[in-house]
Formats: sequence, structure tokens, C-alpha cells
Amino acid sequence: MIVALFVPCYVDQFYPQVAIASLELLEKAGVEVVYPAKQTCCGQPMANSGFEHLTNSCNELFINNFSGFDYIVCPSGSCTLHIKEHLHAEKDEEKAGEIRKRVYELTEFLTDVLKIEQLNAKFPHKVGMHQSCHGQRGLKLSQMSELTAPAFSKPGKLLKMVEGLELVELDRVDECCGFGGTFCVTEEAVSVKMGKDRVEDHIKHGAEYITGGDMSCLMHLEGILRRRKSNVQVKHIAEILNSQ
Amino acid sequence: MSSREKILQAVKSSQPDQRPLPQLQFELYNTTDAPTAFANVLSTIGGAAHFVNSYNEIEDIIRAEYTHAKRIISVCGEIKTGEAINSDIDPHLLEDVDLAIIKAHFGVAENAALWVTDALIPERVLPFITQQLAVIVKKEDIVFTMHQAYERVGDADYGFATFIAGPSKTADIEQSLVLGAHGPKTMHVFII
Amino acid sequence: MNYGDKDHASLAEKFNVDEPRVNWHDETLWWVRVKRDKAAKSLPEWELLRETASQIKNNVLSNLSEYLIQFEKEATKNGITVHWAADAKEHNEIVHSLLQKNGITQMVKSKSMLTEECHLNEYLQQQGIEVIDTDLGECIVQMRKEAPSHIVLPAIHLKKQDVSDTFHEHLHTEKGNYDPQFLTHAARLHLREKFLTRKLALTGVNFAIAETGEFVVCTNEGNADMGAHLADIHIACMGIEKLLPQRKHLSVFLRLLARSATGQPITTYSSHFKKPRKGQEMHVVLVDNGRSVQLGRKDFRNSLKCIRCAACFNTCPVYRRSGGHSYHTAIAGPIGAILAPNLDMKQYADLPFASTLCGSCSNVCPVKIDIHDQLYKWRQVLMKEGYGSTVKKMGMKGMTFTLSHPGVYRFAGSAGRWVLRNTPFIVNNKLNTWYKQRDMPEPPKESFGEWYKKNRK
Repeated sequence: MIVALFVPCYVDQFYPQVAIASLELLEKAGVEVVYPAKQTCCGQPMANSGFEHLTNSCNELFINNFSGFDYIVCPSGSCTLHIKEHLHAEKDEEKAGEIRKRVYELTEFLTDVLKIEQLNAKFPHKVGMHQSCHGQRGLKLSQMSELTAPAFSKPGKLLKMVEGLELVELDRVDECCGFGGTFCVTEEAVSVKMGKDRVEDHIKHGAEYITGGDMSCLMHLEGILRRRKSNVQVKHIAEILNSQ
Repeated sequence: MSSREKILQAVKSSQPDQRPLPQLQFELYNTTDAPTAFANVLSTIGGAAHFVNSYNEIEDIIRAEYTHAKRIISVCGEIKTGEAINSDIDPHLLEDVDLAIIKAHFGVAENAALWVTDALIPERVLPFITQQLAVIVKKEDIVFTMHQAYERVGDADYGFATFIAGPSKTADIEQSLVLGAHGPKTMHVFII
Repeated sequence: MNYGDKDHASLAEKFNVDEPRVNWHDETLWWVRVKRDKAAKSLPEWELLRETASQIKNNVLSNLSEYLIQFEKEATKNGITVHWAADAKEHNEIVHSLLQKNGITQMVKSKSMLTEECHLNEYLQQQGIEVIDTDLGECIVQMRKEAPSHIVLPAIHLKKQDVSDTFHEHLHTEKGNYDPQFLTHAARLHLREKFLTRKLALTGVNFAIAETGEFVVCTNEGNADMGAHLADIHIACMGIEKLLPQRKHLSVFLRLLARSATGQPITTYSSHFKKPRKGQEMHVVLVDNGRSVQLGRKDFRNSLKCIRCAACFNTCPVYRRSGGHSYHTAIAGPIGAILAPNLDMKQYADLPFASTLCGSCSNVCPVKIDIHDQLYKWRQVLMKEGYGSTVKKMGMKGMTFTLSHPGVYRFAGSAGRWVLRNTPFIVNNKLNTWYKQRDMPEPPKESFGEWYKKNRK
């Protein structure tokens, strides 16, 4: 099985440790991982801003980089969802379709494809889990609080395998943090207020760390935590699952 | 072209391909005891239920419960308390009614709603304009769900009909629940 | 209400100046969402109900012209006069002509979002007609010369102190008495007099039945019934999409509506109007006002399935923290943001962007409208049609260029963390927007790409 690691652009540039942890996690699980070096971005920032029609060259590049692998794995629910829902190409629609089928978010790849049942990981801390909306409602990584349906959580299942980790309960289990791509600056006031409220919920319940599957949400929450000089830190779920 | 034609033409040319109507098939999940379920739900929406065995019992409760009611109207033949009205009364003359006693065709356990048509009320405004409302429903006339309710209604003809569930209420000021917005401030249901 | 040329972001920023009030607004509406969850989860068949309602509405849209004709025929048989209005103007004129014909200058009105959409009150006031809104929340905002900020809870942006002040001014209630019970009672007395003296009552319509020609109006207060049963003339105004095929379909919708809206098992009153009472006139006005256009937009037509429960408002994290007035349109919230651009793309181009696309709205929607997907699709339409600012477009083109050329991307990245300058949060060159209330991430020594080159292969 050969897996291509798809690293979101902001992770590549700002949070390389998240990509390293994702790579190591997959390698530890016995997977051969390739990192296509010419990758840039999935094109979501443009598309969510209404410029999907300008993303053609971005899509072509993505297809060139990621065709021919068994799976494409990405430590971001949001970027994965964008590829799953919006990767199209006039020239190579067949290839685009293959990629849409083969792209997985990291935690769902671990639970659904690799069927991981135990992890050799230790993280003796109180952790709050921030569900990113695209991962949760888009990819259905966890049950959504709005629905009348049985509960489950793929990232939650993995976190339970981590020794010493205590998951804190939140008042609002899947409220959006307010990052929202360009929303975080075009709607700065609401975005920040949403982020502050999200952070407050975690702090109130004694979290030392806020984790999640999307570094973009966590970057936004980290910005707010740092501004208020809080000791609470953010950590991508890959880093926790990979910690010793 | 009239607006009617214009609208119909625009709609016709825009409407999507035919989509079928679904079956209305819903299981009954809670079938323990419809009257009790009805009474429980009613208490959560601000009403009160009384289980009674006779119309005399209802009269007794009414006399004890509504001591301050000056003008009482009963449109239920079995209840002699209060005055009767007929259908050519000016509805505005009902403005000072303190208590109206009416019958319902049936009740619905899942939401404590009572089905009342103009066959049971000589003036439509009566159950709304009265300060307090008392409704009588037979125990065997309480169904579980709204699906059963509309099966019962069937293709009945009426000029006006309504489901009434509890007293009139509002929460428009800071979401604080207040009973008695424009209509009755209380609602008692007698399950006979 | 005049919002000037303000957009959602700036109106929301204004709303956020008073943070404790934002907290209150957020928590109050969240509480309504929690009540909705509780009600929904008490029915094991909830998701099936949603699916059934969605399918019924799909059928309605696919047969709308036939159902409209059938409704007209049956309603006419019942003694109801049916009118057709192509747009807001015609709707307002029909209502006015009925007032004029009968020499009536004062009327009561129960809640109808359609009349808000058509700006009926302003129109009638200009013609010298006095309109009294009788829903308590609407009555409060009408006195304050404001628009409703929520389609089910019109005065949810106000605190009881505000209501008390307004009632003191208009109804001469005791100053400083903030008790909701007291205030509601004052409104009850005030409006009772109106119900008893007005000759014409206008109501909205929740559902109209093609099979029987009847229509259903749902309220908790009883104001629609008080108005309609005491007036000589009852006018019911409805959008053409409000039809249901058969009476029995009401069972599905009445189970969903109040549970979705407030968590109640049903509204206090679900009144079925089929025939006018003796000596009364009953009119129904069927209004298009852009609906047939929306019906023709494949990606957006199912927004017409909406039953106006406002569940999407209450769950929306943006709505809860920006308030209804920030949407500068009659119907706010996520559903408003996909309805409004159909009416005027230029004026409402900002609304589909007033969302994080979190998707909660689509999950609570009782008729399964794909609201957040439509928000995304409206963004595409609006930008393609040129309603984005030029600055934004240039920024996006620059970004596309960078992201589709790996060489440029690498260079830009290593030359000082490219993302700092070009990622989404720096569009419009407002370099400090992120930084205003948030710290920037600390740029690491090397990117993952650089690390990978050194450590693998």
C-alpha cells in the first residue's frame, strides 16, 4: 500500500511538526508514505471565496501530484473535504474522480482503512477535543449533535487509545470555532467572538490542551489563547497520537 | 396577460421534473396509555388535565375551580353551569367571557392538542376570546400521533377547525414564558 | 428599517461592541436550540419525518402550477376569494384596494414574514392606513420603528428593560417595571381593544392545502384567531410555495414545525381556515415575488421548501453572534442568506459570505434544505457575475497564480513565510485584521517540505 501524504499549505509553512507526526504515525503503522514535493494547496481558499472558477490550474496541479496512489491522506478534515467535493478537471475528470474516492482524512484513514485498535502513545493531560466542522459534518468523522442518531467518534476512538489522556466534556460539543477560511478576516468581529467562546468552553472544563483534526481551527484558537496569555495550548491530534 | 397567467406560466416553465409523494408510514413507538400521555404532555405546556367519570364531576370541579368567573358560557349540552349561546351572536359580545366550556372531537397524546371544529363552537372566536378555557374530551377519543389524528379528520367538511394545545402563551420578552398572551390564561381538560 | 449601504460584517461588528449583550443573545438562542434538540430526540422517527417532509415538498415544487390551480379552484368553491400578485408591489396594492373598497383605514395584522418581505406596513402607512402588528414581539419592534430580528422571535435582540421603556413611552406603563408578565398583560389589554374594533385582519399562512382549498395558521398567542374571527374581512397572504398536496400531509409538518422552532410539541393554535364565517369575507393573496425565478435556479430551488421555523437561525453560530439586523433583509439567518440574493444580487452579495459553512443549519432543517451548500454555490454565482469587489478579485487571482505554480510557492514560502502575506486572511491587504484580536503563529525555522528533503529519501 502506497500512501501519498497531502500536507495543507499552512501546515507546511507554519506547523511542520503536524506533518512530521502524521508521516511518522503512518510509517509506524507499516504504511509506505510518499510526499509529492511539488504540492501546494487544494484551492479551497479561492473556492470558498466564490472563485471556484479560477481554481482550474490548481486542480490540475493537484491531480498531477496525487494520481496513481492507493490512498491520499491528509491531516485536515477541511482540505480533505474540499478535494472530495470539489476536485474536478476538464482534461482528467477520470483521474479527478479517482482522487476524490481515494482521499482520506488522517483519523478516518487510521480507523477505517488501517483499522487501528491500539496505539503506543502516551499523553498524560486533560484534553479538549475541538471538532472541525468540515471534518465532522462534512466527512462525518463524528456524530453530529443536531441529528437523532447513534453517537460515534473516529478521532474520539483514537484518543481513547492514548495512555493517560483525559478527554474533557464540553458544553457545546460541536460548535464552530469561527475560523471559516476568509471568514476569519472578512467577518473579523464575529470570527473572534466565536473563537473566544470556543476557547472559554475548553478552559471552563479544565482542558490543558485543545486538540482537533484541523490546524486552521487550532491556529485561530491559538491566536486567541496567546493574546489572552493563557497557558492552554493547542496540539493537532496527529501530534498527540504520535507522542511517547 | 394577467398576473395569474404570468405566475402560472413562470412556475410551469421553472418547475423541476415530477417527484413522487412519499408514503406516510410511521411506527407507533409509545403506545402505553394515550390518555395518561396526553395529561403528562398537557402539564408541560401549561394546561391541566382532570380524569373524571361523569359530567356531574366536571360541574363540581368547575364550581370549585372558577370561583371568580362571572360570565360562563357552556356550549356543551351536558354541562348546565353557565349560559348557552347560539350561532347568530355577534362575536364581539363575547369579549367579557370569563370561562368557556367546550367539547373537542378528539385529543392527541404526543402534543396534548385537541381538535375542535365549528360544529362544536357556535362562534369561532369563543375558545380564543375567553379568559379561561375548559375542554371536555372522551377518554377513548385520544389518539397517539398527528398521523392518527388526520386519519380521524379524514375528508371532513368544516368552515373552521383548530388544534388547541394549552393556554395562549408567549415568550417574546427575553424568552420568559407568560401564559395568557391574547387568548385564555388557563386551560383545563376534562378526560371523561 | 434603513441600513444604509452597510454590509453584514460592519453591522455585525457594531453588534459586537457590547459583548455581554452578545453573550446573552448567543446563550438565549442556544437555549432554544437545546430545546429543539430535546424535542427532536424524543421522537425516534425524527429523521424519517424530516425525510418525508422533504419529499413532500419536492413533490410540491415539481407540481406547483397544478397545485396552485387546484387550490384556487377548491378555495373558490369554499367561498374564499383568491388573488394573484406577481410581485411585492402588486401584493400591497391588492391589500390596499380591499381596504379602500370597504372604506377601512385601520387594521390588525398577525405575523407574516411575507408582508415584511413586501414592506406592506410602510406602503399602507403612506396611504394613510394604520396597521397594528398584534404578535407581541412584532408589536414591540413596531413601536420602536425597528424590523423583526428573527422570524419566530421578532424581539429577541431586546432585553426586558428595552421593552419596559418602549411600553412606558407608548402604553404609559409603570416606569422601571421589567416584569415580563406585567408587560405582556399591558400589551394584552392594549391589543384586545384593537381586535375588538378593527374591521379587517390580515394573517400569514403556514400551509395551504391544494386538495381542500383550506389554509393553516399557527400561533402560540392566538392573535391570528383573535383578529380573523372578529373582523369583517380576513386577508391571508402567502407565498406560492406554501402549498401542500393533501390535508393528511399536515400531520408531518405540524409534528416538525414547532419542535424545530421552539422545542414545543405543537404550537398552541393550529387553525384551519376553510370557509369564511357567516357574513364575513375571506381573501387569499398568492404571491410570487421572485419565487418562480428561484424555482428555475436548479441549485437554489429547494430553498423554497422552507417552512420558516428558524431552527437554522438558532443553531447558526454567526447569527447568534451578529443579530438579525446585521442581515439587512426581512428574513435573516442562514435561510435568509440564500433567499435574499435571488431578490437582489447586488444588495445581498455579502450575505452568503456571512457564514463559516459549518453545516449545522442543514442538519437542523426540518425539510432538509442543503443550506450551507447553497451558501457555497451562491458565492460562486455572485463572484462570477462580478459582485465581488475588484480588490478581492485581484488578491484571489494573485493567490491562484502562486498556488498553481510550485516554484513560485516555494520561493514565496522560504522568502519569509509566504502564508503571512498571501493566505485568505490577508485579502484586501488588511494585513492587521487577523492580528487585531489574535496573535500570529510563530513561523518555524523550516517548512515541512524542507524538513522532508533533509530527513527522508
